[in-house]
Amino acid sequence: MSVPIVELRNAAKEYVSGSLRVMALHGVDLRIDPGEYAVVMGASGSGKSTLLNLLGCLDHLTEGDYLLGGESISNQSDNELSEIRSKRVGFIFQSYNLIPQLNVLENIEVPLFYQGMPSSEARIKAEALAERMGLSDRLRHKPMELSGGQQQRVAIARSLACDPILILADEPTGNLDTKTGAEILELIDELHGEGKTIVMVTHDDDIAHRAQRVVCFRDGQIISNEWNGASKA
Amino acid sequence: MKSMRLERMAKLAFKNLSQYKLRAGLTMLGIIFGVCSVVAMLSVGEGANREIQEKIQRMGSRNILIQSVKIPKDENSTQTKRNFIASYGLTYDDAEGLSRHVPNLVASTPIKRLRLDVQFKARRLQTDVLATAPWFLRVQNYRMVRGRFLSSADMEFGTPVCVIGTRLARILFAGYDPIGRTLNIDRDAYTVVGIVGDIAQSEMPMGSELWLEGENQNVYIPLRTYLQKRGDLFTQWAEGGGTFEKIELHELILTIDEQENVVRAVDAVRRVLRKNHKGEDYSIVVPLELIRQARETRRLFNIVLGSIAAISLIVGGIGIMNIMLATVSERTREIGIRRALGARRRDIVLQFLMETLILSLSGGVIGLVFGALIPMAITVATEVKTVLTIPAFVVAFAVSVTVSVVFGIYPARRAALMDPIEALRHE
Repeated sequence: MSVPIVELRNAAKEYVSGSLRVMALHGVDLRIDPGEYAVVMGASGSGKSTLLNLLGCLDHLTEGDYLLGGESISNQSDNELSEIRSKRVGFIFQSYNLIPQLNVLENIEVPLFYQGMPSSEARIKAEALAERMGLSDRLRHKPMELSGGQQQRVAIARSLACDPILILADEPTGNLDTKTGAEILELIDELHGEGKTIVMVTHDDDIAHRAQRVVCFRDGQIISNEWNGASKA
Repeated sequence: MKSMRLERMAKLAFKNLSQYKLRAGLTMLGIIFGVCSVVAMLSVGEGANREIQEKIQRMGSRNILIQSVKIPKDENSTQTKRNFIASYGLTYDDAEGLSRHVPNLVASTPIKRLRLDVQFKARRLQTDVLATAPWFLRVQNYRMVRGRFLSSADMEFGTPVCVIGTRLARILFAGYDPIGRTLNIDRDAYTVVGIVGDIAQSEMPMGSELWLEGENQNVYIPLRTYLQKRGDLFTQWAEGGGTFEKIELHELILTIDEQENVVRAVDAVRRVLRKNHKGEDYSIVVPLELIRQARETRRLFNIVLGSIAAISLIVGGIGIMNIMLATVSERTREIGIRRALGARRRDIVLQFLMETLILSLSGGVIGLVFGALIPMAITVATEVKTVLTIPAFVVAFAVSVTVSVVFGIYPARRAALMDPIEALRHE
């Protein structure tokens, strides 16, 4: 059996703000294998955003252990976490989060820049990804000059730039109309078809049905963990 | 690898700055004004300093100048003693006594300085005539332009010869070769034997001789010659009546062997003169002391200048910090995105520091250009001497860049220490 991409063991995250302590996650055990497409659902405040931040190595666990691709990242320094983000994780955000002063190609190149890839090499890679996302005629456009769907395509291209082992998507269709949203979801399905491991947060049941697996959160805990269709052996 | 990263950071910084051109320009203004004012002030200060130093230097740092001073009399005494012969100032006895009692003395140069009419053919003007000794030339560091200076033979026999300053040669003898011509000095005929300039003049830039006026417009004649022709008494017409004045020597220049012996010699001079004179009808000028005073003034000036410079540079630095803080908070989200995509804290610090550095370097260069132009304009407009020095450039530039980078560290660190999750949520 292959090494899981994500393995959370008894994970807990506690936020302290002033005298208030908030348990955002507790007792979470989660395992996601290579090539899986998992959807995380739950009401706001249920802990799903916290989970996504933890999986994306933007935050540390308070308790428990997190292994990304078999490597424990619980005790990594800020620099090491940055390196992991630049090489192993791809982010797709609800509000695209492109850098406004950079054009399409430059936005796609950002993670490669922080990896230290030579700029000529990065340029070739960015062009290939943009082409694949159907953005060939928009390479020098700034994000402001693109439609929402196009911006999200740029963001997807950017998330793929570093050949991540895990793609994290936070309501990627939340800001898009149904038709454009469907196109983006098809792109994500395509990535899944190529064997990418994807974790996506969503509110939408219809979207959840596209995934193999649905994990539901409530009050910082997993309340259900179901496989669509064939159950996991 | 490292340098490539820096180069790309610099490119990125340029790109970011070009997004906010007006803001970048306004930020640079602080640095521009800072550097510009420092350079301009330093060069004006240095110009004034050089001017003073040169003037003093020409008096000779090993010399002691003693000048006769007329003691002012009150109104009543002037009224009653209208035709009285006023006698005051340095005497030949003083010169005698000083040469005997002042230690380490190598030369004593007597000078009678007279304001007289000089005439060549039909041209006539009034100028300073100095009746003095042959070694005056050496003591004053003057340089012969043509011919010879007064000789010891002239001194001995009282020959009617004169040496003229370059300016006088130019004005009075325009179109003629002065050497060998006859110059009438207050109706006495003298033969011109030489033209004298002075050391400082040859080093002067063009057009700056204005402040030297009179200095090389003098006529030098042997003291003995003048005494034989005129004696010590002379008439002066003033305020409704003539007065006769008797002054033996107007000036006496004592030259000491070494600079370190000057102070001791001055004490001796004071002692001798105090004994021989009832009142203070003389003044003692010690160029060495003037140099010291000038240095002290200069030091004070530097402190004032330094404070003004420091304030203006700090204001510039605060300006940069202010703008960079605004920039950082405006670009919080971008920082969050970059952190999520793998930027280390160091990368963020470097990105913002690079922007600060580019701003301050460009501001510094522009400031240097204006800082060089302003003193030039001052010199052209007011004929005040200014001197641009390399150290002024280097100091102003280095300090301003350092200050702004130091002030840039705080905003950059603030950007880097943001929590990426918070930053991503920032609207």
